[in-house]
Formats: sequence, C-alpha cells, structure tokens
Amino acid sequence: MDFLNIPLPAVLAQLVVGLINGAFYALLSLGLAIIFGLLNIINFAHGAQYMLGAFFAWFGVQYLGIDYWFALLLVPIAVGAIGMLLERFLLSKLYREDHLYGLLLTFGLALIIEGVFVQLYGVSGKPYAVPEALRGALNLGFMFLPKYRAWVIVASVVVCLGAWLVIERTKLGAYLRAGTENPRLLQAFGVNVPMMITLTYGFGVALAAFAGVLAAPIFQVSPKMGSDLIIVVFAVVVIGGMGSILGSILTGLGLGLVEGLTKVVWPEASSTVIFVIMAIVLLVRPAGLFGRER
Amino acid sequence: MTSAFQPDFEQLRVENLHAYYGESHILHGIALDVRRGELVTLLGRNGAGKTTTLRAILGLTGRRSGAIHLNGKTIIDWPTHRIAHLGVGYCPEERGIFASLSVEENLVLPPAVRSGGMSVEELYAMFPNLAERRKSQGTRLSGGEQQMLAMARILRTGANLLLLDEITEGLAPVIVQRLGEVLTLLKSRGYTVILVEQNFRFAAPLADRHYVIEHGRVVDTIGRAELPAKMEALHQRLGV
Repeated sequence: MDFLNIPLPAVLAQLVVGLINGAFYALLSLGLAIIFGLLNIINFAHGAQYMLGAFFAWFGVQYLGIDYWFALLLVPIAVGAIGMLLERFLLSKLYREDHLYGLLLTFGLALIIEGVFVQLYGVSGKPYAVPEALRGALNLGFMFLPKYRAWVIVASVVVCLGAWLVIERTKLGAYLRAGTENPRLLQAFGVNVPMMITLTYGFGVALAAFAGVLAAPIFQVSPKMGSDLIIVVFAVVVIGGMGSILGSILTGLGLGLVEGLTKVVWPEASSTVIFVIMAIVLLVRPAGLFGRER
Repeated sequence: MTSAFQPDFEQLRVENLHAYYGESHILHGIALDVRRGELVTLLGRNGAGKTTTLRAILGLTGRRSGAIHLNGKTIIDWPTHRIAHLGVGYCPEERGIFASLSVEENLVLPPAVRSGGMSVEELYAMFPNLAERRKSQGTRLSGGEQQMLAMARILRTGANLLLLDEITEGLAPVIVQRLGEVLTLLKSRGYTVILVEQNFRFAAPLADRHYVIEHGRVVDTIGRAELPAKMEALHQRLGV
C-alpha cells in the first residue's frame, strides 16, 4: 500500500508526528482565541507564557521536588495567576486604545521575559525527564509511538474539548460568548465583566503554561522554545479565524496533520506550508475558515 | 401609582447630569425624578439625548458629572454592574440579543439582581412565541420576537426599575399593541418604568409624566392631567 509512491507506514508515522505538533498548536491557539475574543488583544506574550510553563515545571523538579503530575496541575495555576496580575495592572489600561497597543505591550513583555531567561539560563535546552508511568512505546503496527507522545495527544484533545464544551454548553460559557459579543451590555445586566476579563486572560495563559509543561519532556526546556512555536501558532489562529473557539482547535490539529503530510511528500516545504495556507486563506476568506466577519 | 408599602418612595433622582462621548458633550444638565411604580417617558427628536440619558444612568457613556440617586444611593461613580444590582433592567435600542446564544440562553443570561423576578415558565406564558423557538439562535427571531425576548430577559432578573429604549421602533402594530398590554400589566404590578419613545401615541395612555428633552436638557415636564392642554405645543416640539 503506497501513497504517492511512499510506503503507507511512513505516511502514517508522519501523520502521527504531525498530530503531536497539532496538539500543541491546538492548545496554544485555543488560548489565543479565547483571549482575543473577550479582550480584543492579540496576546504576543503567549509564547513566553508557554515557555514559562516549561521552565516552572523544570524549577519544580530542580528546586522544589514537584514531580511532573503535580507540575501539570500547579504550573498552569501559577502562570495563570501571573497572567491575571499582568491583565489587572497593565493590559486593563489599554482597552480604550487601539488593538495595536495591546499587541505592542504583550510583544514587549515577551521580549523581556525571554531576555531575562536567556540571561539566566542561556539558550541551550534543559532536559526534563519523561515521567515514570509514560516511559516506553506503543507498537501501532506501522510505528513505535512513545507513550509520552500518545499522552500529549490525548491530554491536549481532552483539555481542548473540555474547554469547548464549557464555553458552548454552560452558563459560564454563555457569559463568555455574550461578553465576546457585547461586553458593555453584559455588564449593564449586572455581570462583573472586568473580573471576568481578568479570569479569562488567566485561563488563556494557564492553557499556554499547560502546553509548556506537556512540551517539557519532548522539546527540552529553553528560553527560545516559545518564540519558535508561536509564529506558527499565530498563522494557525489566522487560518482558523480570529476568536473562533472550535475553529482554533480543529485548525490546530488539522494543520499539524498537513505539516506531517508535507514532510512525507516534500520535506523541504514542511516548515513553510502553514504560511502558504495562511496566505491562500487570507486571499479567499479573510475572516478565516471558521471566523465571522466583524 | 405607588407601591402599597412605601408610598411615594423616590426610586430615581437625576440632578444636573452632564455626559460626554469622547469630546462631544451630549447631556447638558438633565434632571429627572421618578417615584416607585411610576411610568415616565423621555420624548424628543432624534439626537436630543434620550438614549444617552438612559445609558448615563447605567454608567455606559464616557465622562459624566452631576448626581444620580438610585434607591437613596449616590451611584454616579459606581461601576455599571453594581448599578444593575440595585434592581435596574435595561433594554437597549438595538435590543442587544446575543447571536452566539440561543433564545433560552439569552433569556436566562442576565443574573438575578433582586428577588421576586418572574420564572421562565411565567415568561414563556407571557410570550408564547419565545417558548416555541427556545432552541433557535437568538438573532434568528423576527424583530418583534427579539423585542419580546429583550423585555422578557430583564423581567426574569427581578429588576423593578426598567429602562426601555424605543421598544416599539420598527414593529408591526399588532406587536406594538401587545407591548402596550405588557407595560400596562407591569405597571399594575408596581414596576417603575422609564420609556424612551418616538411613538407618542403608544406612550401617551401609559405614562404618568412626560419629560421633553431637547439638546441634552429637559425643556418641559408634562403630567398626565396637563397633556390635553399641552398637546399642540408638544407636537410642535417633537415635529410630528
């Protein structure tokens, strides 16, 4: 069985690898989409916050004896809390201004955070051990998939679907959707929208940190890990449609697969294919695949 | 009509209210006085400042000055969501139905601001069309149904001061008539209502008092009894 004269097992293996990348794209673009929807801010610090997640997990092991599983729970809370302080004391001053100011502020913050970490820890990666329970590999027939990578896909899909269900099916989600559409009216109904915005930003940042902890055993922990990934994630968000929740999840996973497939067919193009798709989508459907015209 | 328990309770007093949108100065010293259970209207031409008056009471405009007393509390520097919890229900001119929410989600969205709101069943009995379309997307409703929904969702919260902005605008006569019946019912139940209205014929039989607004000021206050005598002057002012 071949696909374009390439053995099928090789294709499937690359698709699985693509799915792993897609799992990270989905988690990160989901956070960006939620933040953009309610705050109208393009959170350029997202990559730095993802990196913070990985570093906090590493600190946990290094200095505090916190293992992977506790880190997976505690690190998003800690980084999310830092995000909430950031929102309350810096971002909240900018809502009356153009989008651009929020972008510039978060971009500046990303550079500062990254710079500090490069200064303190250098650019080389710190190893982070795969947790005991997830060592070894699964035999899928066409490839050996490390258990940890399978876990990353499962964890990401579960968290993304969970977030989507909460947003689409619960009262809390109804507040978020209404606030995304018309925050002033929601506040006139008696909902504490400024508090909601702070919590939402914290949640989006916590998702980035969660992705960072997931990434630590795969990609190693380094100050540049965020900026490498985030440019692709921004392309994913643009393709999916700014602010679309389901769109960001599906596009994230889907583009991971497309990248994987491209690696099989034309390896040299795999790092650019997402940007080519972005350009085409912007020409044909500027609001993105799942976006609504504003 | 006033509440049996607190006759003449002054629910809302607005004094010398100025409000701005950016650099433009819209309200120039609005003054209003509304007792519990009263229905008053704000009349005036387009751009006179009626909508801005409602929005300024809720803190939805830009900079404001003057005084607003609601249930005896001075609220001009309160954040919008706290003002709502004094029992204010707001129905904006554009109706503000959320497209990303179903009819029922729209209906139950606003949190309760006081006890004693109507139940969802009671509201569906009052507006049967909404019950039929409870699963539809909010903005798929007709204009009239959206208006019913915008009214219904603030009646569920227990709000007893309703700020209603142009609720009859662009609606068929049969729906306008239904809204009139609803307002009459609400009045009999002791709700306080401030109604911004272009449709004077709709407002006249319901209102205890009319405030005529021009260039961001109250230029005339007409009680129910004075209305016949002032009809001619009023028509001229409103240009109808």
